[in-house]
Amino acid sequence: MTLDNIVLLIPLLPLLSFLLLGLAGKHISVRFSGVIGSVILGASLVLALITAYDYFFAIGKQGGEFIPYLTAQLNWLPFNSDLSINLGLVLDPISVMMLLVVTFVSTMVHVYSLGYMKGEERYTTYYAYLGLFTFTMLGLVLSTNIFQMYIFWELVGVSSYLLIGFYFSRPSAVAAAKKAFIVTRFADLGFLIGILMLGYGAHSYDFFTLIDRLSHPGSSYLVAMTGASFLGMSTLTWALILVFIGGAGKSAMFPFHIWLPDAMEGPTPISALIHAATMVVAGVYLVARLFPIFAVGAPDALTVVGYVGAFTALFAATIACTQTDIKKVLAYSTISQIGFMLFALGVAGWGPGKTEGFTAGMFHLFTHASFKALLFLGAGSIIHAVHSNEMKDMGGLRKSMPITHITFLLAALAISGIPPFAGFFSKEAIFSAAEQSNPIIYWVGLIAGTLTAFYIFRLYFMIFWHKTPDAHAHNHEKGEWAMMIPMMLLAVGAVFGGFIPFGDFISATGKPLELPIELSHIILPVGLGVLSIVAAAILYRKESDVPQRIVNALGGFYRAAYRKFYIDEIYLFITKKIVFKLMGRPSAWFDRNVVDGTVQKTGSLTIALSHAIKRVQSGKLQAYTMYFFGGVLLLVVLLLYKFA
Amino acid sequence: MEQVPLAHLLILSSALFFLGIYGFFTRRNMITMLMSVELILNSVNINFIAFNKYLFPNQLEGIFFTLFIIAVAAAEVSLAIAIIINLFRKFNTVDVEEVDTMKF
Repeated sequence: MTLDNIVLLIPLLPLLSFLLLGLAGKHISVRFSGVIGSVILGASLVLALITAYDYFFAIGKQGGEFIPYLTAQLNWLPFNSDLSINLGLVLDPISVMMLLVVTFVSTMVHVYSLGYMKGEERYTTYYAYLGLFTFTMLGLVLSTNIFQMYIFWELVGVSSYLLIGFYFSRPSAVAAAKKAFIVTRFADLGFLIGILMLGYGAHSYDFFTLIDRLSHPGSSYLVAMTGASFLGMSTLTWALILVFIGGAGKSAMFPFHIWLPDAMEGPTPISALIHAATMVVAGVYLVARLFPIFAVGAPDALTVVGYVGAFTALFAATIACTQTDIKKVLAYSTISQIGFMLFALGVAGWGPGKTEGFTAGMFHLFTHASFKALLFLGAGSIIHAVHSNEMKDMGGLRKSMPITHITFLLAALAISGIPPFAGFFSKEAIFSAAEQSNPIIYWVGLIAGTLTAFYIFRLYFMIFWHKTPDAHAHNHEKGEWAMMIPMMLLAVGAVFGGFIPFGDFISATGKPLELPIELSHIILPVGLGVLSIVAAAILYRKESDVPQRIVNALGGFYRAAYRKFYIDEIYLFITKKIVFKLMGRPSAWFDRNVVDGTVQKTGSLTIALSHAIKRVQSGKLQAYTMYFFGGVLLLVVLLLYKFA
Repeated sequence: MEQVPLAHLLILSSALFFLGIYGFFTRRNMITMLMSVELILNSVNINFIAFNKYLFPNQLEGIFFTLFIIAVAAAEVSLAIAIIINLFRKFNTVDVEEVDTMKF
């Protein structure tokens, strides 16, 4: 089998799983449907590993730098001689890295769900949806064309919608699914306009042609797009900001973050796969895909990315410290971590010594996928045992759930950036990149990182310590190997993922990049992390009234953070009070009275008229002939009058 | 031989025409009304023949038209008689005033 066929098979296998389980699901025994899905995904994972090996160690490198490898090219929609939409698959460092992340986490989630979803009513449908999601996500990362990516971008939105609303008998799940779809769809409008602007300016939708035409100073396309300006920013800057709005919607950046916490209504493995490891980083991936254009053509847009990322990182971390639902804490943590990735991209630039942020952001995406998926799977395992999402129903679980306890602790250490776990390396890279280029973002990120360690250990201590373990509690994990093995495998990633020499493989230019780790840089972030872990341990290891006293002391600020800074309320105010009242009502009035009115008045006028003249239709044959003859006479008289 | 002037023929056809119209409007019997229609058609035939003979003596169009009208009139009469028979079956009368159920 050649590499081209292998690459094509990677996304097609999950599609096969979706079609098989979705169409023929009724004829497949429930016991097998999950296994079928998992085996197919496992095959996809193996193919992805082969592809990654081939790309990174055999075909990808030419003359010391990684170049994109294109395959399965198809000229799909030719508009005119120089503008067409092509389909195709691309292998380059970031897409291969995403291939690994998506297939690995997806396989883990497939296997985990064998245990977690056992006995669910729509078990086969669940696996079909998982296959659909994996297919669309793989299609998204392999796209060679920005329009192709947009198609898959919407498709992942659909599968996310289906899976959030999986428990559709719960009104809250239905509302959450709708919210996720509408908010992201709203942001995607920006993405679409951005795509069209880029296509208009560069006469291509192909990623590599776009990059080629818009990232070389002096290129005529670049000059044209940076020359024209609107409201003080060039066309290219606007186009990229609009594209980034789409990315911000998918990646739950402020102010589009509101859908992600609600999306936790879906089954927990789904939160791990879609809303932590893969789909929500699509925005980061999108910015990384277009990075040369951002960095060369529109540094202003990249600055926007950086500030949005940094603000969201801090904002979400603050909220995460106050939430009591464990999945909500993890959701805000995800938002915050994606903020880290984006501000890492935002502080990067083009040229020697400036691209470190790019590699750091991608590195964090990679490590975050394993430890955040692990945290979610751990949370799922806890929820499975406790049957509640609320922290207060937990506590003291370390004896009855030893494997979950250990893996959760490892993931918590990783996300806090404690050496030598995976998150430490990627976070250090981010901080080092930020410190060099933007002190404001660096300090904001540092505070967010400190809060990260605090909230995650608050979660950890509340779940596993806090109360005295029940000595007679039975082991909740007995027989749940389908759930424990994926967690252990992900824990391996969370512990050792950081030792991968990431800069050798992934960099903005394709050339290897050294990610420096200097002691002087490490001390501050790690020290703050350790301090906040200690603080969390003091506050939450045992039951005490200190946290409540702190809450009381913080007063209004705590309440605001607990209510998520009233962002949902602001949205409701804007939609209900302003959009509905000031725009919806007048247009409803216009529709009801003017549009409908015209139609209905025409109808009733016709009815009145026919009532008035119906007497003419008397049924008397001779009367009709009279009218006819009268008409003829009239015509004759007229003609005579005219011609004589 | 002295020819009849064209005007006389036209007066004849007009007289026939208005006789037909009058009969059509005043008679209540549908058969009689049908006969009136035939009068109207024949007045038209006379017109065609007369104009053909006096204005374009070397052509035959007027005569052909007359033949057409006779054929069409025959077909029309057979149809009309069929309708009248059906109406008679339904209403038991051929009085046109009684047959007025098809109205608003």
